[in-house]
Amino acid sequence: MEHYLSLFMKACFVENLALAFFLGMCTFLAVSKNVKTAFMLGIAVIAIQTITVPMNNLIFQHLLKEGALGWVSTSLGGVDLTFVGLISYIGTIAAMVQILEMTLDRYFPALYNSLGIFLPLITVNCAILGGTLFMVERDYNFPESVVFGVGSGVGWALAITALAGIREKLKYSDVPEGLRGLGITFITVGLMAMAFMALGGIQL
Amino acid sequence: MAESTTKDVLLDPVVKNNPIALQILGICSALAVTTKLETAIAMSVAVTLVTGLSSASISLIRSYIPNSIRIIVQMTIIAMLVILVDQFLKAYFFAISKQMSVFVGLIITNCIVMGRAEAYAMKNSPSMSFFDGVGNGLGYSAILILVATCRELLGKGELLGYAILGPEGIVAHGYVSNGLMLLPPSAFFLIGLIIWAIRSFDKTQVNAS
Repeated sequence: MEHYLSLFMKACFVENLALAFFLGMCTFLAVSKNVKTAFMLGIAVIAIQTITVPMNNLIFQHLLKEGALGWVSTSLGGVDLTFVGLISYIGTIAAMVQILEMTLDRYFPALYNSLGIFLPLITVNCAILGGTLFMVERDYNFPESVVFGVGSGVGWALAITALAGIREKLKYSDVPEGLRGLGITFITVGLMAMAFMALGGIQL
Repeated sequence: MAESTTKDVLLDPVVKNNPIALQILGICSALAVTTKLETAIAMSVAVTLVTGLSSASISLIRSYIPNSIRIIVQMTIIAMLVILVDQFLKAYFFAISKQMSVFVGLIITNCIVMGRAEAYAMKNSPSMSFFDGVGNGLGYSAILILVATCRELLGKGELLGYAILGPEGIVAHGYVSNGLMLLPPSAFFLIGLIIWAIRSFDKTQVNAS
């Protein structure tokens, strides 16, 4: 139990996907104009991350890994399919996003409209594929991958909500003209990233 | 007419409508691979190729793609191209491929590739889409190489692994290497400053908030 708790904290804070690995930056910068939308997108990312990381874990452990096909027949024992990994992971992610998109369109049209183009772009949110690739690289087992998926999703959602909070306050500041909007956002994220680097050395 | 639009499509994204500075696309990889000029150049070539070819091929089959599964179709085409690039790098440039680690795979999720497919290639002819893809790739490369040059020069006093200004590098001339430049936050500051510079010249790009 303790192992999973520490894994969760690590995925969520110490190795925050957005602020320590800089994944999912495009949506991170574009959708953080107000807290409400940012929070909704955060929820969507948590949902997708929680589903896709464990699913890709199953695919990796039982189909792609070297020798993983041994359960089909012994002659397939030595097959290593890791080179088609990228395409299968992204396929799973794209399918999940499309299902989520259709579900939202049907049951939560307001949320669907406010997310707009950024819902399909969750597919190309590097945080999602990045989470899966880290899972593969670190060879997590199934329960670990569930915890990692939830933790990294929550961490990303926290980061984008925090940035949106800062940006809402920034509206009242007197920023030089050329730096307004995107420029100052980059500088802000840079400062947030520096603050998060302080968590880098923590061992749980 | 046709010629001038091709030129516009190709060159517009480099400065006027830069994918990183204006459209905020493709930033993740831009931050991670820019500590060295070498990896930045490899990444630029890879992304330009993938964007151009994926836009062209998606545009070729655009009228046959059902709208409800278009994302999956686009991703499959992009992923296929990225696997090709990945395997090619592993075979011929193994050292660079190792340094770029997961970020070659993450070209799939580079929003520029997907963004151009969705916004341009689904509506335009294959050849124009190809130029649009290459143009956006070049815009991405321009920023990437600029940032990488600053980071490697200021962080280590080297360019492409060679010392600048004599064998000892600029360090011998009294320059103290700035370690911050090798850490990820510096990329944010640099891109922020580049955006500031671009927008000071071109006031139309300034956004309201």
